[in-house]
Amino acid sequence: MELYDGPLNVKEIFGRWLDEQAASNYGAYIPFVGTIRAEDDIEALSFDIYEPVLQKWFDEWQEKAKAVGAVVKMAHAIGDVPVHTSSYVSAVFSPKRRVALELIDAFVEDFKANAPIWKYDVKNGERIYAADRSTPMDGSGLLA
Amino acid sequence: MIKVEFLGPIAKEAIEMEAATLADVSTKLKEDSTLSEWLDKCAVALNDTMVNDLGTALKDGDRVSILPPVCGG
Repeated sequence: MELYDGPLNVKEIFGRWLDEQAASNYGAYIPFVGTIRAEDDIEALSFDIYEPVLQKWFDEWQEKAKAVGAVVKMAHAIGDVPVHTSSYVSAVFSPKRRVALELIDAFVEDFKANAPIWKYDVKNGERIYAADRSTPMDGSGLLA
Repeated sequence: MIKVEFLGPIAKEAIEMEAATLADVSTKLKEDSTLSEWLDKCAVALNDTMVNDLGTALKDGDRVSILPPVCGG
């Protein structure tokens, strides 16, 4: 798992991951790129991350991937990420395509639901929590 | 004494309290009106591990984190 201040260098990350696994005999490599869209007059999105819980979430996914002979990877940005740049990339390597296609779907969807990352719109230099696009994590409401 | 910290957009400083279980933490946090809009949609971690049981016992020095709704990517 890789965390960066500001936008991701997508080509460098994907190229490096490809090189790292060049001799691993994986038949499938499925990358996913999340790019900031220009909408609602935002200048950027901005992110807070709680790394200790994110690392545990990612470690659990590495174990799930390992159980089916695959590898998961991810990188995410911290702080401001301007429109048309990338805040999030992930990837799956596996021996055959079917495992990788199913795993990238489950991995990215669970990421959206349970990775401890908070998103803010940046408008006129101000950070506004994206409350209406955010999802309560599994187990929410315990203390209510 | 345990510490309760509020993550992400909950603009609130960490607080310390006496609590034997997470149920005690719940009782005390519900007295704070600034948290009323948050508690029903927040998840909870104890020493960076997610927890789901109000009966979870706490010990001196434990750290409880309150995690509001997320949106990565």
